[in-house]
Amino acid sequence: MEITLRVDGTRHRLVVDTRTTLLDALRERLGITSAKKGCDHGQCGACTVLLDGRRANSCLALAVAHQDAEIVTAAGLAAGEEPHPLQRAFIAHDAFQCGYCTPGQICSAVGMLEEVRAGWPSAVSDPDADEVVLDEAEIAERMSGNLCRCAAYVNIVPAIAEVAGR
Amino acid sequence: MRPFRYQRAGDLAGAMTMLAQAPNGTYLAGGTNLVDLMKLEVATPDVLVDVRRLVSDRIEELPDGGLRIGAAVPNSDLAADPRIRRRYPVLSQALLSGASGQLRNLATTGGNLLQRTRCVYFQDVTTPCNKREPGSGCSALEGYDRELAVLGWSPACVATHPSDMAVAMAALDAVVRTQGPGGERTIPLTGLHRLPDQEPERDTVLEHGELITAVDLPPLPLAARSRYRKVRDRASYAFALVSVAAALEVVGGVIRDVRLALGGVAHKPWRATRAEAALRDAPATRESFRGAAEAELAAARPLPGNAFKVPLARNTIVSTLLDLVEQAR
Repeated sequence: MEITLRVDGTRHRLVVDTRTTLLDALRERLGITSAKKGCDHGQCGACTVLLDGRRANSCLALAVAHQDAEIVTAAGLAAGEEPHPLQRAFIAHDAFQCGYCTPGQICSAVGMLEEVRAGWPSAVSDPDADEVVLDEAEIAERMSGNLCRCAAYVNIVPAIAEVAGR
Repeated sequence: MRPFRYQRAGDLAGAMTMLAQAPNGTYLAGGTNLVDLMKLEVATPDVLVDVRRLVSDRIEELPDGGLRIGAAVPNSDLAADPRIRRRYPVLSQALLSGASGQLRNLATTGGNLLQRTRCVYFQDVTTPCNKREPGSGCSALEGYDRELAVLGWSPACVATHPSDMAVAMAALDAVVRTQGPGGERTIPLTGLHRLPDQEPERDTVLEHGELITAVDLPPLPLAARSRYRKVRDRASYAFALVSVAAALEVVGGVIRDVRLALGGVAHKPWRATRAEAALRDAPATRESFRGAAEAELAAARPLPGNAFKVPLARNTIVSTLLDLVEQAR
């Protein structure tokens, strides 16, 4: 099928087999390799991108089904040469070791902070509270869809907390 | 993944016609479970009819004071909706206890109901499984059964239904609205999913081409005090070993009304009607709760590896109801 994908502000026309996931279209067809293939089953979060501003697993999304979405990968977060605040915070806090999960972590954190701004609760939120207090337990719960095999969580959580607190 | 045709229709009627012409086809919405099962070649549809934009993604007030949830409402939006959080907190809590933030953004209300079991043998095409390949046998009966059913299973299948959302909806007397080749119908949520019996390949009573268009929640004042408790191996992002959805109305220390459903214990969300009957008009005490839980679980037939689920379910029922009594103080 001939499809159009809008990725990091650029429109791409391409012909894909219907079986192509959004992740494979990005990586194998468009050469946009910031989204990573970890488990390829929606369990690890390495493939996380933003679909119309919302974080999503690109390995479970069929490319043909997301033609009208605005797709943003970790490579599209920077403003020109200026890294995104979360990218800076991950560097400052040494929030990775091998770095393979990092683009997914950062896209997920961008989406997660938007969810907090919108007032979305999490499983650990106080059901009676009107506002979310983004403490360590909240960040851990909300980021549980992003695994880090190097276990850099002790630095990932403070990196996100720093940006959230600004 | 096997090759398939991807189709979109201009309206629901068109989508139904497309699927009627494709006996091995299926509908696609969020795809979080279906695409995964297609990668594993557990699901091998030759046609996908994308209905994500054809059904409602809104939550609307009903004249009777209930809410209508469009089948395409993402799990994340449903969990965050202020009306759901205020009037049916058990549903919001159940949704938030399931999957991950990324998955909840993609997954839809209708798709959540229709997700398949996570029994390891169902997902492994190299092993026999009556649900995946009718007549091939059940590997779990003599295999890894720790996560599987203790209630309502048959010698053909001991799978559990994985949804948290459906357990809350079962407790809330939700009604599923469908549209199919035979027209529209409504199905009580507790009647949507089947017990395995001799046909474990059929998870639900839906016919080929029948599409869930919405889920209605009736007005249920006692649900304003409701709660979902999920017990699992990890603190987050894991399926339930046992879960409890409960709503409780206590007047003067006596239980006036109650809703109770269990997850992780059966082939379908398990509405605990025996426990509910034992609880109505009983004193709201630990002893009543324990007795009611035992009445419900008397029918349990645990497998060698999951006998722990029976006391776990009993204790989780008791603690959830005690929490609700405490919350009311």
